[in-house]
Amino acid sequence: MKCLNQTHKVFFDSRSVPRAFWENGDEDVTIKILFCGVCHSDLHVAKNEWGFTNYPVVPGHEMVGTVMKVGSDVKKFKVGERVGVGVIVGSCKKCESCQQDLENYCPQTIFTYNSHYTDGTKTYGGYSDMIVVDERYVLRFPDNLPLEGGAPLLCAGITVYSPMKYYGMTEPGKHLGVAGLGGLGHVAVKMGKAFGLKVTVISSSPKKETEAIERLGADSFLVTSDPAKMKAALGTMDYIIDTVSAVHPLLPLLSLLKLNGKLVTVGLPDKPLELPIFPLVLGRKLVGGSDIGGMKETQEMLDFCAKHGIAADVEVIQMDYINTAMERLAKSDVRYRFVIDVASSLSQ
Amino acid sequence: MAMSTENEHPVKAFGWAARDTTGHLSPFRFSRRATGEKDVTFKVLYCGICHSDLHNIKNEWGITSYPVVPGHEIVGMVTEVGTKVTKFKVGDKVGVGCMVGSCRSCANCKEDLENYCPEMILTYGAKYYDGTITHGGYSDIMVSDEHFVIKIPDNLPLEGSAPLLCAGITVYSPLKYYGLDKAGMHLGVVGLGGLGHMAVKFAKAMGLKVTVISTSPNKKKEAMDHLGADAFLVSRNTKEMELAMGTIDGIIDTVSAVHALLPVIGLLKTNGKLVMVGAPEKPLELLAFPLLMGRKMVGGSGIGGIKETQEMIDFAAKHNIVADIELIPMDYVNTAMERLSKADVKYRFVIDIVNSLKPS
Repeated sequence: MKCLNQTHKVFFDSRSVPRAFWENGDEDVTIKILFCGVCHSDLHVAKNEWGFTNYPVVPGHEMVGTVMKVGSDVKKFKVGERVGVGVIVGSCKKCESCQQDLENYCPQTIFTYNSHYTDGTKTYGGYSDMIVVDERYVLRFPDNLPLEGGAPLLCAGITVYSPMKYYGMTEPGKHLGVAGLGGLGHVAVKMGKAFGLKVTVISSSPKKETEAIERLGADSFLVTSDPAKMKAALGTMDYIIDTVSAVHPLLPLLSLLKLNGKLVTVGLPDKPLELPIFPLVLGRKLVGGSDIGGMKETQEMLDFCAKHGIAADVEVIQMDYINTAMERLAKSDVRYRFVIDVASSLSQ
Repeated sequence: MAMSTENEHPVKAFGWAARDTTGHLSPFRFSRRATGEKDVTFKVLYCGICHSDLHNIKNEWGITSYPVVPGHEIVGMVTEVGTKVTKFKVGDKVGVGCMVGSCRSCANCKEDLENYCPEMILTYGAKYYDGTITHGGYSDIMVSDEHFVIKIPDNLPLEGSAPLLCAGITVYSPLKYYGLDKAGMHLGVVGLGGLGHMAVKFAKAMGLKVTVISTSPNKKKEAMDHLGADAFLVSRNTKEMELAMGTIDGIIDTVSAVHALLPVIGLLKTNGKLVMVGAPEKPLELLAFPLLMGRKMVGGSGIGGIKETQEMIDFAAKHNIVADIELIPMDYVNTAMERLSKADVKYRFVIDIVNSLKPS
């Protein structure tokens, strides 16, 4: 892929960072970015909390926009179409994972930002005005999904949808617990209800209860610091999606599960968790992980959300609010995703 | 006035019991109930020594009530059956494992998962329906409700089949439940003791490739030449472990000491499953990244229901699988317990009850 000697304005820490603009290859799609969600991972990476940040980094992996140009071999998209780009922009395409539409588990996954592309150049994410992506990693954005509310689905959405399918957490009538009510958690509640599940939100913040039940449609709300309520809920849940990214005890969550219950963790605490083994053995329970999803499943998830009218609850912000947004995000002070109005606040 | 254990039931029984947390076992006179209409009474011939027996006699789990007659890998010959018993007759070779009762009406019991019934009654150290404490197989006779009795097929040697009743089902059940029973899959077995060696044998019979993961390099020859394992990894050899990363579909972890999960999880392929059947009493460290990045899981499993235990015994009979044992006389039991605590046995002690348990 040839690097043209042009620069486009991207936004990082109030300065515009010059970035080479890639020529659109035969299989590529050039996208004008309209909105980009602010994922908690963006914050982790911006602060190098995971230890692998390569500065300067342009975060953003929940972007939606319109196609400006398509390469000669591109089959799936045409100019003017609404599209999305999520967490990955490349993979080896040959390994067993890639062949099974699980590009997210390919050992050579190329992330939308803070990675290196096949030509060795750095990848930069959606806090920017445009991006060039191989068509395989571009999603068709359904017409009836709102752009701002649909953007977070590209990471938050697939991150909860994929394990719900893989671990069989979609049987109508079963009881799903959602631990943590943030970007991931609130989408999990909406999807859980769309699958016909009974949904209980498990949270450390009692003040989220009214929202959870009245606005998001959860059936009940469990405050982890209320011992009587936690005791009453023991052994009542078939599955739990754990979206909490801070280190937290697993034993209380495992105790909420029925026999054969499944606790799936999608948050990424940066320190180890403590895993008690007795509850697993005595109740044949499991703790599993899941990481975003492949491209095929991400498209399936978007179409599912379009069908069921599911979008994220967002607070739209201008680009220059981003650092304040990051501070608020660190304190979980957002209902439930910030989305940057890139098109109107970041222009050449 | 409380009945003494010798008089609480009409039938005299004799065994060996632990009386305090030293775990020292010694002769003990007690009694068994008369054969009820649904009961099967059998003369105990052999009883396996499970590591749980050791935990129990020393009250390491804090639940022991003394005196305790351990033993839940019991095989023998039927001497009497109740009037409503349909599945067994006098002379049958039978076994009893870890449970002798359950509520029989909850959802778990109805799905043949008596082991997960909240009112499951353990073979020893538990309160039976009649309020008396159950006594296990380090004894001369055993009485059990027919539902919890397992038929031992004729072609299985009794001494070697005793350990199947706990060790066998403990590894067989998760191989089936977690789908690690398909020919061609690659199974890892962590720990080569009573549970581990059974896992190797079952998995080979199911057509899997098996790698044993152990801290002891001196177990390699045994594992490969005698048990039929395909490969052997020394867990402290970081280079060997690194080379094997991402090659295994599922791992049965039989180690009950606290140990590091990270290198074990690293051995799993994407979508790999780590199943814990040993139960360390302290929590283990779990790093989220490796679990998520490979969509891996850590699950647990505890023995199995009666139906599945019978299925496991029949599978073992079909494939001529028994445990590798060291047969010991009753009065060797305290020495055996000491050796067991140092993992000095290949791979299960079995007490030769019929030939060595005699009232003093």
